[in-house]
Amino acid sequence: MTGRGSSLVRAGFALALALGVTLALVAAAGAPPVATLLVMLTGSLGSPTACLRTLSAFAPLLLCGAALCVTFGANLWNIGVEGQITLGAIFCLWLLRGAGDLLPPDLAVGLSLGAAMVGGMLWALLAGVLRTHGRVHEIFSGLGLNFVATGISLWLILGPWKRPGMASMSGTEPLPPVLHLPLWGGRPMSLWGLLLALAGFVFVAWLLRRTFFGLALSAVRQNMTAAGRLGLRPRRRMLAAMGLCGALAGLAGGILVAGLYHRLIPSISGNYGYTAILAVLLASGSLRALPAACLFFAVLTVGSIQLPLELSLDSSLAGVIQGVLVLTLFAARRLWPADTRGGA
Amino acid sequence: MSLDYFAALLGAVLFAAAPLLLAALGETISERGGVINLSMDGTVLFAAMAAFAAARAFGNPWLGLAVGGLAGAGVAAVLAFFGLVLGASELAVGFVLTLFCRELAYFVGHAAARQPGPDLGVLHLPGLSDLPVLGPALFRQSPVVLLSLAAVAGVWFFLMRTRSGLLVRAVGESPAAAASRGFAVRRVQILCCLAGGALAGCAGGFYSLSVKPGWGHPQGCEGAGWIALAIVIFGGWKPTRVALGALFFAAIQVAGIALQDVLPGLSGTLFQIAPFPVMIVTLLVVNLRRSAVFRELARRVPLFGRLMPRTAGGAPGAIAGALDKGF
Repeated sequence: MTGRGSSLVRAGFALALALGVTLALVAAAGAPPVATLLVMLTGSLGSPTACLRTLSAFAPLLLCGAALCVTFGANLWNIGVEGQITLGAIFCLWLLRGAGDLLPPDLAVGLSLGAAMVGGMLWALLAGVLRTHGRVHEIFSGLGLNFVATGISLWLILGPWKRPGMASMSGTEPLPPVLHLPLWGGRPMSLWGLLLALAGFVFVAWLLRRTFFGLALSAVRQNMTAAGRLGLRPRRRMLAAMGLCGALAGLAGGILVAGLYHRLIPSISGNYGYTAILAVLLASGSLRALPAACLFFAVLTVGSIQLPLELSLDSSLAGVIQGVLVLTLFAARRLWPADTRGGA
Repeated sequence: MSLDYFAALLGAVLFAAAPLLLAALGETISERGGVINLSMDGTVLFAAMAAFAAARAFGNPWLGLAVGGLAGAGVAAVLAFFGLVLGASELAVGFVLTLFCRELAYFVGHAAARQPGPDLGVLHLPGLSDLPVLGPALFRQSPVVLLSLAAVAGVWFFLMRTRSGLLVRAVGESPAAAASRGFAVRRVQILCCLAGGALAGCAGGFYSLSVKPGWGHPQGCEGAGWIALAIVIFGGWKPTRVALGALFFAAIQVAGIALQDVLPGLSGTLFQIAPFPVMIVTLLVVNLRRSAVFRELARRVPLFGRLMPRTAGGAPGAIAGALDKGF
């Protein structure tokens, strides 16, 4: 079987099996299966507003997916994307609160996105240094730092940045409209976020495919010892990959604050970090398939928001479908392996 | 500190440690057999949901606990099928499973969320319950405490003192060598994975039926599976040290709650996340201590150097360095 043909077979098998499992689960939960899928479809693609909402979930997902391609490119399991998004959001809001009145609004918003990238990068570098110099695997440091980042954001919301008079879980005081990303394309989200996400994705694709850095990263992935002997400085490359990944994830956090929520809310990272990992695994690390995987997961995530209201099902159905899809794809890849290029 | 306060503190630590002990012991068995089960966190959560839902349906918490154990073994069976039968990457499958099981637990458990249900209650042993300190700490306490301590002894005895345990360790240390001696390596690994999953499932049952009774979104035991994974590394894959590690993390949780009364200005959320930075720092210390550079330096120190072992204690051979390979 040729590579393209077998990958189509695998994708078809994974989709069919995932659809079957999903329908069975929904039926077992006592809801009409087909109606459930229809609710999810209309909730995410049924109207212009719904499409915009899907795109507003697609932008951070694509940014985080591109970010993860960099770390997976160096064989790093960057589980800490959630925390890096959160830190990006915190740094972004910190700059807007501090300098929003002093600077021209456009400059302040631009700088706040830069601050978001710095925040995410610092958080990722912390996990990176723990890996390269402290021998703590990035799965544990990233996961621990995710919880710490959630703690910091909760502390800010309930403590120093609480709304005047009342601390509430609904978030901090909303930003004045001049400090929003220019509202272009209507509510709920500025399409500037989408543009930035696409730019980030193209940048990552260029970096990994067309530059010496990308080549060196791929050498580090395939054989760290050999890369070290060649003088490629694997540790430094890994740190650079972590830093870049964190910066992009932080940018996603900045977009969420400046472009969507206009304030800091608890768990602002909205599971995008974990969903992006699943999307990258679904795309099997292929950059070409990544946007499609992210868009599909964004459709699922946004569509499931309506489920509790309309069918009193839990909205975690989206995550269930995503997980089943990735697992069935793993199975399909083992059952019909790609030709001898040594994929999998 | 009065004796009663000490007994209460000891009891609280043992109580909080019970599910951590079980989950960490499960992962120890699994990794000693050469299978890294990264799905711990999802397994614990999914089993917690299954145990609570089953206890509600049957009206019997012990049946619920058994269902929790079965649910954990079921998740491990999926991992074993993908990793050992199909040959996919254990790490990738385990990680996807942990995310998937969490979402599945919330989805399937939606009907049982925030509902009243049975729990395991409090044990009363005539005579033993009236002992001075041990009475309140061990015997006038949820039964999960005694069960978890029994599990420590059982797992230690199995791994270190029985022939089957020796086989498990041999398979985990060098699958190729064990296979050339004619042992069914894959069957041993599948059984280890299943047993580990079942223990983690019981840990989930301990949470939803006793330590944090009930089911909700969030349940309150999120992250416990990750802590258990870190405890196994911290404990050097040795059952007794793993048990000490679990007690250490439980003590931190209890200290957080105790300090909350003393320092009311600090938010409770800060204490909930306290175990995670501690987890990172302990891994840092433990891993640096095991590094070759540190051992070389330490051996040059007079007196102290003699205490340093010549070889690094560490991961079973089959999984050493596995985490560095990526997906």
